[in-house]
Amino acid sequence: MPDVSGLLPAVTIAIPLLAAVLILITGRHENLRETATIVAALAMLGSVASMLPSILDGGRVTLVLLPMVPGGDLALRVDAFGMVFALTAAALWLLNSFYAIGYMRALQEHAQTRFFFCLAVAIAAAIGIAFSANLLTLFVFYEILTVITYPLVVHIETPEAMKAGRKYLAYLLVGGIFLLAATVLTYILTGTTDFVPGGFLAGSGAALTLQILFGLFLVGFVKAAWMPLHAWLPAAMIAPTPVSAFLHAVAVVTAGVFGIVRVAGWVFGMPLMASLGLGVVLAVIASLTIVTASLFALAEDNLKRRLAYSTVSQLSYILLGVSMLSVAGMTGAMAHIPFHAFMKITLFFVAGAVIVSAGRERISDMKGLGHKMPVTTLMFAAAAIGICGLPPLCGIISKIYLAIGAVEGGMPILLLVLIASAVLNAAYFFPIIYTMLVDRPADPHALDAVSEPPLTMLVPIVLTAVISMLLFFFPSVPFMDLVRIAIGEITTGVVP
Amino acid sequence: MTLIDHLPVLLVAGPIVASLLTLVAGWHDRRLCYPIALAAVLGEFAAALVIFRQVMGGGTVRYDVGGWAPPMGIELVIDTFGGFILATIMLLALMTTLYAFRSVTKEIPTEKTVSFYVIFQVLLAGLIGMTITGDVFNLYVFLEISSIAAYTLISATRKPHAYVASYNYLVLGSIAAGFILLGIGNLYVATGTLNMAELAAMLPGSYDLATVHAAFLFLIIGFSIKAAFFPLHLWLPDAYTESPSAVTVLIATVMAKVSVYALFRFLFSVFTLAYITEIYPVTGVVLLIATIAIVAGAILAIAQDDLKRLLAYSSVSQIGYIMFAVGVANQIALEGGLLHILGHAVMKGCLFMVAGLIIYQTGTARLSELGGIARKMPLSCAAFALAGASMIGIPPTIGFMSKYYLVLGAFEAGLWPYAAVLLVGSLLAAAYIWRFIEIAYFGGHHDEHHRTEIREGPASMLAPALGLSLLCLLLGIFVAVPLEAIGLAVAQLLGGA
Amino acid sequence: MIEAFSELFFARYNYWMAIILMLIGLYALIAKQNLVKKIIGLNIFQTAIFLFYISVASVEGGTAPIYLPDGASAVYVNPLPHVLILTAIVVGVSITAVALSLVVRIYEEYGVIDEDELKEAVRGR
Repeated sequence: MPDVSGLLPAVTIAIPLLAAVLILITGRHENLRETATIVAALAMLGSVASMLPSILDGGRVTLVLLPMVPGGDLALRVDAFGMVFALTAAALWLLNSFYAIGYMRALQEHAQTRFFFCLAVAIAAAIGIAFSANLLTLFVFYEILTVITYPLVVHIETPEAMKAGRKYLAYLLVGGIFLLAATVLTYILTGTTDFVPGGFLAGSGAALTLQILFGLFLVGFVKAAWMPLHAWLPAAMIAPTPVSAFLHAVAVVTAGVFGIVRVAGWVFGMPLMASLGLGVVLAVIASLTIVTASLFALAEDNLKRRLAYSTVSQLSYILLGVSMLSVAGMTGAMAHIPFHAFMKITLFFVAGAVIVSAGRERISDMKGLGHKMPVTTLMFAAAAIGICGLPPLCGIISKIYLAIGAVEGGMPILLLVLIASAVLNAAYFFPIIYTMLVDRPADPHALDAVSEPPLTMLVPIVLTAVISMLLFFFPSVPFMDLVRIAIGEITTGVVP
Repeated sequence: MTLIDHLPVLLVAGPIVASLLTLVAGWHDRRLCYPIALAAVLGEFAAALVIFRQVMGGGTVRYDVGGWAPPMGIELVIDTFGGFILATIMLLALMTTLYAFRSVTKEIPTEKTVSFYVIFQVLLAGLIGMTITGDVFNLYVFLEISSIAAYTLISATRKPHAYVASYNYLVLGSIAAGFILLGIGNLYVATGTLNMAELAAMLPGSYDLATVHAAFLFLIIGFSIKAAFFPLHLWLPDAYTESPSAVTVLIATVMAKVSVYALFRFLFSVFTLAYITEIYPVTGVVLLIATIAIVAGAILAIAQDDLKRLLAYSSVSQIGYIMFAVGVANQIALEGGLLHILGHAVMKGCLFMVAGLIIYQTGTARLSELGGIARKMPLSCAAFALAGASMIGIPPTIGFMSKYYLVLGAFEAGLWPYAAVLLVGSLLAAAYIWRFIEIAYFGGHHDEHHRTEIREGPASMLAPALGLSLLCLLLGIFVAVPLEAIGLAVAQLLGGA
Repeated sequence: MIEAFSELFFARYNYWMAIILMLIGLYALIAKQNLVKKIIGLNIFQTAIFLFYISVASVEGGTAPIYLPDGASAVYVNPLPHVLILTAIVVGVSITAVALSLVVRIYEEYGVIDEDELKEAVRGR
């Protein structure tokens, strides 16, 4: 099917931007302001979903926004892989918005207008990344995302938060510089930065140049939090939980791994990466990150920081899948993006619920919480099980593909990494469940005031967990279908 | 001949007449000064746009002053590059004049108001003259006119340190002017003409003469001092910091850009590209020094506590970016350089305007005392944030576009390490811009009780600042518009037309 | 040898004069502490440049460039540099005037016109 030109990609990005302006205007009137967010989230989800049928049929929607610089116009193209990210982000923005409203009101946080404004612009940037048609557009939205998430990270404005914010910005801006260098180098080598299924770099430079280029890209996508450049993510946990949940399960980190998969599949192409030996390099980095991050997670008592290290580890699953340079591996990598997002956001939502309802951040303080917050804890348990890779949640699907991919790609040693990681996952998740469900607090009346979080928070928690389960039973709808189309694109080089 | 045909000379004569009018009118009633100044600048801005359209449509505009043909007479030449610079500086001059109304009333002693507006016009006359002249000695004369006006304006405040700053600027600026005069003299000795076009035609025959080399060196050094190209920038921090806010905006944007324009004119139009790259290759040295300027200026900026001084050192760094384009000397890099001339004028103008707003409202520009100012002056700080983002090079602002072109030009010329330094420069810029953003937006929880009476600045000062900051974004998004003119201008510069 | 020597020095004495005067002026500008002396140094520097220009304009056997009643065939020195230097002298005078008025102001404010003492005074404020 040929590419179709349409305004919907731009409309999808414009909706949250419009909401951002409305949020600024209605700042004083809280209910109006939250309505703006919710309506925009619904509208955006609708806009993304409306493009779904044509994408599932194998088509793509393109739109050139502006001629920009030599190297690329500001152009959007909605294809299957972009849809995976966009659908995840749109759906989770809606749920996160309800959650955030509940969270901020329950804690009576300050500067809520600034908070919701930045969230709206951030999602616009994330969708922009998902819909980018070339490296330059990706870079533009990438940098916007960096800058607009800073106020969210330093929201509580304590000296500690400011320090964390500086670290966050330092890592991400340096990454941005590398990404810019990589983009410029790509343009110099090939005269274009448009994404082409199957890659377009083959034969455009010496092997060493292309290897260095991939290195530049890898550092550029520091948002993927691969070790040792991961430190910004645990530091960013100082942000309010809706930020941690949304940005650091969905938008920012997913943008990072999305970028790497895009570059692997649509700039380099898997055969070129294999011939340059990049698979091995990526596999080593990914494996080290997976294992080391899990070990760090074991040592953390702060629940959000433990989840942060878990995220670091899980993101490298995606990198691992890419490194296998096999069809199944790539499938697993792409599938893990939405699956991990839904499960991880559930876990973060619960962490926030615990802060709101019980005022506790450390796992050691959460003894016996499950008895007072049964539904919440149950959802945590479910999502945790899913992250470990057990049915009936969707995590197991991507893990199976990764396992197959390891063998297919001729790197069976990666199976060991997967197994070790599964064990470590269990090692740092099950104690949390045990503490919350089985353990009893020393003071029997310590938890008297604790109950389930407000409905605006509870419902999203349940929904994300339920969706994670539905995705196990119906994975094709629509993610696996989209992934299959994307894989088909990059392996044949032809848009089906 | 119609009025339009005489526009070039009116562009110079206009401000001079306006300054005299201001003087006379001011004797009667002080309050007449500002309307006359504003009307004059509006007229000049319109004229500049008309001429720019003429140039874009019909090619270079040439005007013989007094009807005397060159090389005997003085010629006013406005080509694409000149027209572009003219439009840029008049836009900034207009914004500054709008801004100056309240700012001047507060910062300049009342008895000096009339003189201020008179000299303001004279400064503009000098700068416009520098931009449109086609005769090198005429350039020198206008340079001195604008310099003297600038020395006077910088000291037109109640702050005593301004006198010292102005004196130091005067000494260094006069040495620079002396060198420029010497350079022009040498050129005359070598060729016998003072007309730029004729010089460009006649010099290639004399390229091997020591006279020509000496002239080149004198001119480069002289204009580098005027443009504050590191390490000849020592007059700049004091001059920018101590002068009244409106004057800072004017000299940081308009005067700095015209000095750079003059340097470009000499480098590319009089001494052509072939000379500066092959016969007397200075581009390598310029590139190296420019790179050092970028880093040194930024590092010095990070260390400052005074906001205006921080922005002044930032200017030193940014001039390094523009000279970087000269050092690389290919089409793409020079397009980036010219784009940066426009972009930096807009960005720095906005930043200095916000600094002036803060001083107007709070009386201080020390960062340590400005904690949490964004809560009291949200619009001003928003303007700063947007212009600051452009300074750092966040897409899709104009700052990003110009940096992208510079990086692309450097990569194309194979100058990887220099491109890397350029990229690092934007990180350093992030460091000093972010200092203010952090302090303004997220700082000063303990100072709340001090500043209950601080509000947003007056609209006549806020509107130009906001306008310029929006322009940073718009120029970046619609970068194709200025690039149309810039592409032509650079082609002319490189082609030696 | 003598020819080379005379070629280098005597034939180009105006260049040497200008260089020496310029250096004297620059020395005064940089090394002298008194603000007024600096301005005098600046004047010497500028005058050196003026003299250089005018010396360049001289034509052997030429007379002042004023139109003689006997005709245009007389040999005149080149008038153009003279004109340019007139302008430059005016510029120099203006600069001196501004500079001196600044010195007066500085003296009124700080009570010193010595550069080192001025630095102390400024820091003290």
